[in-house]
Amino acid sequence: MAYLLIGKLYFMEKFIKLTSSVVPLPIENVDTDQIIPARFLKATDKNGFGDNLFADWRYNKDGSPKADFVLNNATFSGSILVAGKNFGSGSSREHAAWAIDGYGFKVVVSSFFADIFQNNALNNGVLPVVVSADFLAEIFATVNADPKATLTINLEEQTVTNNSTGKSETFVINAYKKECLLNGLDDIDYLLSKKTLIEQFEKSIK
Amino acid sequence: MKTLFDKIWDAHVVSSVENGPTQLYIDRHFCHEVTSPQAFNGLRARGLKVFRPEKTTLTADHNTPTINQDQPVKDPISKNQLDTFAKNAVEFNLPLYFPLGHIKNGVVHIIGPENGFTHPGATIVCGDSHTSTHGAFGAIAFGIGTSEVEMVLATQCVLQTRPKTMRITFNGKFGKGVNAKDLALYMISKLTTGGATGYFVEYAGEAIRNLSMEERMTVCNLSIEMGARGGLIAPDQTTFDYVKGREFAPKGEEWDTKLAYWKTLKTDEGAAFDKELTFDAADIQPMITYGTNPGMGMGITDSIPTLDQVDEAGRISFQKSLEYMGFEAGEKLEGKAIDYVFLGSCTNGRIEDFRAFTAFVKGKKKAENVIAWLVPGSWMVEKQIREEGLYDILTEAGFALRQPGCSACLAMNDDKVPAGKYAVSTSNRNFEGRQGPGARTILAGPLVAAAAAISGKITDPRA
Ligand code: SF4
Repeated sequence: MAYLLIGKLYFMEKFIKLTSSVVPLPIENVDTDQIIPARFLKATDKNGFGDNLFADWRYNKDGSPKADFVLNNATFSGSILVAGKNFGSGSSREHAAWAIDGYGFKVVVSSFFADIFQNNALNNGVLPVVVSADFLAEIFATVNADPKATLTINLEEQTVTNNSTGKSETFVINAYKKECLLNGLDDIDYLLSKKTLIEQFEKSIK
Repeated sequence: MKTLFDKIWDAHVVSSVENGPTQLYIDRHFCHEVTSPQAFNGLRARGLKVFRPEKTTLTADHNTPTINQDQPVKDPISKNQLDTFAKNAVEFNLPLYFPLGHIKNGVVHIIGPENGFTHPGATIVCGDSHTSTHGAFGAIAFGIGTSEVEMVLATQCVLQTRPKTMRITFNGKFGKGVNAKDLALYMISKLTTGGATGYFVEYAGEAIRNLSMEERMTVCNLSIEMGARGGLIAPDQTTFDYVKGREFAPKGEEWDTKLAYWKTLKTDEGAAFDKELTFDAADIQPMITYGTNPGMGMGITDSIPTLDQVDEAGRISFQKSLEYMGFEAGEKLEGKAIDYVFLGSCTNGRIEDFRAFTAFVKGKKKAENVIAWLVPGSWMVEKQIREEGLYDILTEAGFALRQPGCSACLAMNDDKVPAGKYAVSTSNRNFEGRQGPGARTILAGPLVAAAAAISGKITDPRA
């Protein structure tokens, strides 16, 4: 597991402030079956899901790329995915977060996220950033006009900035989760440190 | 004054992180083969044991065939996942493991209640969003990701932020030919798929009280489809009667003590919810979906909304959805030809669903052009179908029975609806490709599914 922790720390360090061009996906209600279809869930480890991120939108039946899908369009690139409202609805499959992480996205920006997906993303060091509907529309417009336009995500200050317009918004993140992300700690470390409390609790309910 | 949710939540708080989530103790953990292997890998990498092995119940259901379960699984990748699951159960000394073919095997949210693992007042989790099903017993039950599965295995706890609470009240009585699935699809169509995100929902009112335990499970099952963390219903005599006597239910003195506690599990008069909604059960007709999320539902005699009825930001997604389904805005769907019918899943794969379906098709014949997959939710349901004589009636009407599992609900196995084909499905998700790449899903209850299987068309079961 150490490698993973080191990986996270390395990632976090870069993460404190991230500036990148974005990949726009202006579709609402993108569910986890689109993010990673069920037939790809047969693996027993976390690797390789990035290749099948958005598989049914991304590839034809014969495996060739669909020209009209944004991940196949070289004009757009970057480690920030910007998506329509209610991203990640549906199943609890953490494979969706692994696929997004595996593809190379560090941040997903939307005006609304499904609950379980948001947790899963955070547990894998992918930062979900909630912006207002207006700001989201502005980002889509900016990227449409200039595919090389960038956003800056500052986790420490909890701000997201559209560098083309200079417009900025603050985003909300649970203080505990923020600490975890900044320090590369995860929930299991925390829970394991509470073993005595857990045993006391069990006695109290007997 | 507390809500039912508050009472159960507060009774399970081990600690609270400052400015952060709550450490919640988990009474029952359900586990299946698809979302658990990476969690067991995590334990191995950290050198950890499972903390409370007897509190985890394991069943193989998602990635399993629904024919020839006695033979080795053909797909080598699926087989590897199932073998890994079995190996993990042995390596981590988990006694409650129910492999393929075991009488207690079946869809996780069906075998839990039917074996008495699901109790009022409990906290229940599973690496599966439809864990909300168990809320029907007056439990806090919700789906978790694989990282959280690892947390539960390692510590019997999860970290969760306290959700907001919502109460949805259904007054009055249902009309004829309407059941719990219609109620749920109606509610989701009103709330949309994100309408309850961040909330835990309590269902109340006369129409809910009158539901059987199985119908309550159908309603709570679909809570997640409107984004809710979970849904629950206060336990009452219906609940206690269902739980009593089941294999893993409390017995003797323990039963009496538990029962006395369970009877206190209701929302106090005057307790406040963050949001309240009220519907009238009489307004609900048999429901179908026309789009690619469960919120895109309508009464079976209604028409798909026209473009100007959809808000502007949602129009691209709306059109994309209708294009995928091969439907037009403003169109009526009654009378449209369909190709497949799927009766099953943790939403509608219980014995009452098979009874309702069978009662409708009795003495009739399946339409020749329809392929029907009837998949019991568990081996116990399968057994009951045979014992009650439903099997004979179904065979007589031209139907066959498959073996238990999730099957075409998520189409991880071979039960895939071909591209472009229409399936009337009693499952819970009509997402693009959910039932197979290119498959077109129309969600409905068991009666609408039965009517479609007989006529080969979308048909009002009341007609
Ligand atoms: S039946 Fe469908 S929804 Fe239920 S647990 Fe299985 S795959 Fe999930």
